[in-house]
Amino acid sequence: MTPRIRTVLLAAALAGAPAYASASTTPAQRGLVVFQQVCSACHGMEHVTFGDLAGLGLPADSIRKWAADETLPDGVDDNGDPKTRHATPSDPILAPYPNEAVARLANHGLLPPDLSRLALTLPGGADEIRRILLSYAPAPEGMKLDDGRYYNTAMKWKHIGMPPPLQDGLLTYPDGPPATTTQMASDVSAFLSWVAHPHQGERRRMGFYVLAYLALMALLTFLLQRRVWKSRR
Amino acid sequence: MSSPPQTPGWLEQRFPIMSVLRREYVAFPMPRNLNALWSFGAFLIVTMAFMIASGLFLAINYTPDITQAFASVEAIDRHIPSGWFLRSLHMGGVTMLFGCLYIHIGRSLWYGSYKAPRELLWLTGLGLMLMIMVTAFAGYVLPWGQMSYWGATVVLNAVRAVPLIGRPVSELLLGGENLGNIALHRLFVLHFTMAFAILGTIALHVAALHVVKSNNPSGIDPTSPGQTLPFHPYYTSRDGFALCLFLMVYAGLVFFLPSLLTLADNYVQANPLITPRDIRPEWYFAPFYAILRAVPSRLGGLTFAAGSLAVLFALPWLDRSTVRVATQRPLVRFSLPFAFASFVLLGIAGMQPPTETWLVVSRVAMAWWFIHFLLVIPLTSEREIPS
Repeated sequence: MTPRIRTVLLAAALAGAPAYASASTTPAQRGLVVFQQVCSACHGMEHVTFGDLAGLGLPADSIRKWAADETLPDGVDDNGDPKTRHATPSDPILAPYPNEAVARLANHGLLPPDLSRLALTLPGGADEIRRILLSYAPAPEGMKLDDGRYYNTAMKWKHIGMPPPLQDGLLTYPDGPPATTTQMASDVSAFLSWVAHPHQGERRRMGFYVLAYLALMALLTFLLQRRVWKSRR
Repeated sequence: MSSPPQTPGWLEQRFPIMSVLRREYVAFPMPRNLNALWSFGAFLIVTMAFMIASGLFLAINYTPDITQAFASVEAIDRHIPSGWFLRSLHMGGVTMLFGCLYIHIGRSLWYGSYKAPRELLWLTGLGLMLMIMVTAFAGYVLPWGQMSYWGATVVLNAVRAVPLIGRPVSELLLGGENLGNIALHRLFVLHFTMAFAILGTIALHVAALHVVKSNNPSGIDPTSPGQTLPFHPYYTSRDGFALCLFLMVYAGLVFFLPSLLTLADNYVQANPLITPRDIRPEWYFAPFYAILRAVPSRLGGLTFAAGSLAVLFALPWLDRSTVRVATQRPLVRFSLPFAFASFVLLGIAGMQPPTETWLVVSRVAMAWWFIHFLLVIPLTSEREIPS
């Protein structure tokens, strides 16, 4: 094996390896930090479990620690009083409100949307989430907004029920660039995009192998059928 | 091909399956001149196999209850190992199934495969199409997303408009007045059961094919053994190659274009209180949805949508010409491509918001569909001079 072939094989092997093998610096991983420290104050991802974040490269003990920090309702005790328990990695990542009524009460009658599939169902997807996060501005002179409404140029009617969530230096990434508003908006939209399409990387990788296999089979069956058809009388 | 052994073996004496298989799938005489369009039947059978295999595993993990259906589908997508793959395979399979079905039917129309002696082959095939449509409708409700709910509401309202049987049928499906838990259970059972009913009907369809044999692009049945080729190895090898190409398209859809498989709105859980701004069907129902909208009366729309399929059922008797292939029929050669184009246009129109332009397009296309089958075909049947 010449060094050149070895290099090519090595490159091919690396290209097939999971992208998160390196340190925690992908945008989606930084976006998780933003979600944990900012978004999760109001939003949940009811179809995503803590354990699912392993797919993003979060180590198992971080997942356990994060889950253990959250408390969930756990039925009632013998006196009928509500009980709580610590979450486990197989529990969903819920919004902090016990129910929809409380969530609306806390948010001027509006319900913070669930983020499980937002990057898929919001027209414009993850890019639109980023745009909304970066489109807050002071309301122009003479514009009167109701309580709990915030001026935002990305919205059709120029206002949104979510208070501006990001500010420069709001948090510090454990390992990464300075947390500017733009940086955090990009990161969290990358994170939400991953949450909405959690298997995209695996899907493409598998698709590549399946297509390559089928292409080879197509070539072989083509040669076979040509040979068979040549033999006819 | 080797001939059967001189003395029949133990199995052969009691149940001659090996010689039947040899007769029907090895030595079976096929026309020599089939083109690529004759491979779509094989594609359909393979897709059906994928649907049933993936569907069984999806059913194991699905919960037919309105409070849990959506979450169970999310769990399949996110937590079940390879669940995302099974689900994509199933959703992509629907698109491939309908795509091949429409091409398969279009081929039969073009080459006159519905004519004597193949009427029953044609009717079992159309019956399969109806069964697949019912199954696809029921299956689309199961994830209990917004489009599931509101699409089903549109269809069930249409069904309810049918005189006499409409109400009983919709109540039988719904188990009450509204689309709720009972309806979801029933649609799940319907979806599951229909899959196997389809399998049985495919057996009938294939059995009918093996009696009357394949049509071919010349429209003239082979008369001597010299004009045929044994199914194996000629068409097995060719279908094998065609299947590889077909599976590459299928895989491309499943692995690289999953967003084409379903509408993003269906990832929002069904909410009876919020009607989506525009309710769109999946592409394979769009032509019929366009007809429903193009007629300014609910019952009228339903009549025309059902009529657009009914003319296909009547076709062997509307078309009296003994010439099978459209290319040999001057008027049909001109008219049939427009009927195909009408179907495609209706499909496009059905996916658009109902603006004036699209309504006009739908009406013109629909008119041509009926003109072709009810005027052009019967009138030219006996007068035309085949080229």
